[in-house]
Amino acid sequence: MTELPPPLDLLPLVQRERLLAVGLDVSFPAGTRLFDEGGEADRFWLLRSGEVALDICVPGRQPEALIETLGAGQLLGWSWICPPYRWHLGARTVTPVEATEFPATDVLALCAADPELGYALMRRFIEVVAGRLQATRIRLLDLYAPHGSGPP
Amino acid sequence: MSTVTPPLPYRVAETRTETADTRSLELVPAGRELPPFAPGQYAMIYAFGVGEVPISVSALHGPYGGLVHTVRAVGAVSTALHDLRPGDTVGLRGPFGTGWDLDAAVGQDVLVIAGGIGLAPLRPVVHAVLDRPDAYGRLGILVGTRTPGDLIYQEDVERWRGRAEVGVTVDRPGPGWQGPVGVVTTLLDAFALRSDRTHALVCGPEVMMRHTARALMGRGLAAQRVQVSLERNMRCATGHCGHCQLGPLLVCRDGPVVGYDRVERLLAVREL
Repeated sequence: MTELPPPLDLLPLVQRERLLAVGLDVSFPAGTRLFDEGGEADRFWLLRSGEVALDICVPGRQPEALIETLGAGQLLGWSWICPPYRWHLGARTVTPVEATEFPATDVLALCAADPELGYALMRRFIEVVAGRLQATRIRLLDLYAPHGSGPP
Repeated sequence: MSTVTPPLPYRVAETRTETADTRSLELVPAGRELPPFAPGQYAMIYAFGVGEVPISVSALHGPYGGLVHTVRAVGAVSTALHDLRPGDTVGLRGPFGTGWDLDAAVGQDVLVIAGGIGLAPLRPVVHAVLDRPDAYGRLGILVGTRTPGDLIYQEDVERWRGRAEVGVTVDRPGPGWQGPVGVVTTLLDAFALRSDRTHALVCGPEVMMRHTARALMGRGLAAQRVQVSLERNMRCATGHCGHCQLGPLLVCRDGPVVGYDRVERLLAVREL
């Protein structure tokens, strides 16, 4: 299997194969806690099916505040790329999930050995992070509030 | 240039509460009838003694055979319209403006993307496509709202799920919400967009439409394949007064539905 959902499908075939060689197919039932805010960010997932909720603990608020959901074709986890290598948010499966799991140490070793792969992979992750940053900015505008699209 | 005509009296046949601040009104002629509307066109609705506002048609034929308009109470006129009861009378002018170009989408996939009450002008498109399933390819309906309680046409959306690829996402989930959370463009990842055979029809706040159009073009869709419904300060609806001017366009007459290729640069001009 060398097919990958976007954005990793843009990697050249040989690099896709190298990356997939360190990936593990995993599945989780609904309600599985994948990681907690502040935990060691030592892996990431490419979601193939199902849905995962990203959340954050707010004192006095139960359950955790839900920030965003991710689904099929999306990457889960980028905190493994940069210090302090701790998860910024928590994650829980909303539905049964099937994914490919990539250990960060293996992927970083691949990137060190093959800078071309490392460069391509980092560009893909920057696209993901930039997209989520822009989406967050849009949500900050609260556009659907009564006067969110401008004064009456 | 269109002729200014006086409003015709229309009677409120039925009202339907959509959300806490949004209601749909079915209007039937109390005498002479206006010409037929097309999906995407709008009427100027006059709340007697209060004022007149442009409202897109949200269904061409309601249960009583009348025109349906969905109104969110945000100002004096829209609040007066929102508060109408069956039997009340309003003044109606129209139909005005351009409609969604569904002819361009015949034989192709149709992707409807709505933000908030932007689903209202797009509902007739969904009806039209579902009425002629053989004429079109896949139908995608992606909706973003503020909270689960702000989703309009909830029963319709549930019905559409069996006949179209439907996604609903919210900015602020409440207790019990099990669906996606995030901006509407995140739903695009689950829709296998075929950029060479898809037409996208987008309606919502202008920032949402720009963001969505960029996301679509980032997935390879040409700007000519993206239609947006603009909102400006429309007063006369006939291209006379100029209140709704957007560069070379008078939105009341040349819009509200326009190809994104025509307005992409105009929407980036701060003064317009």
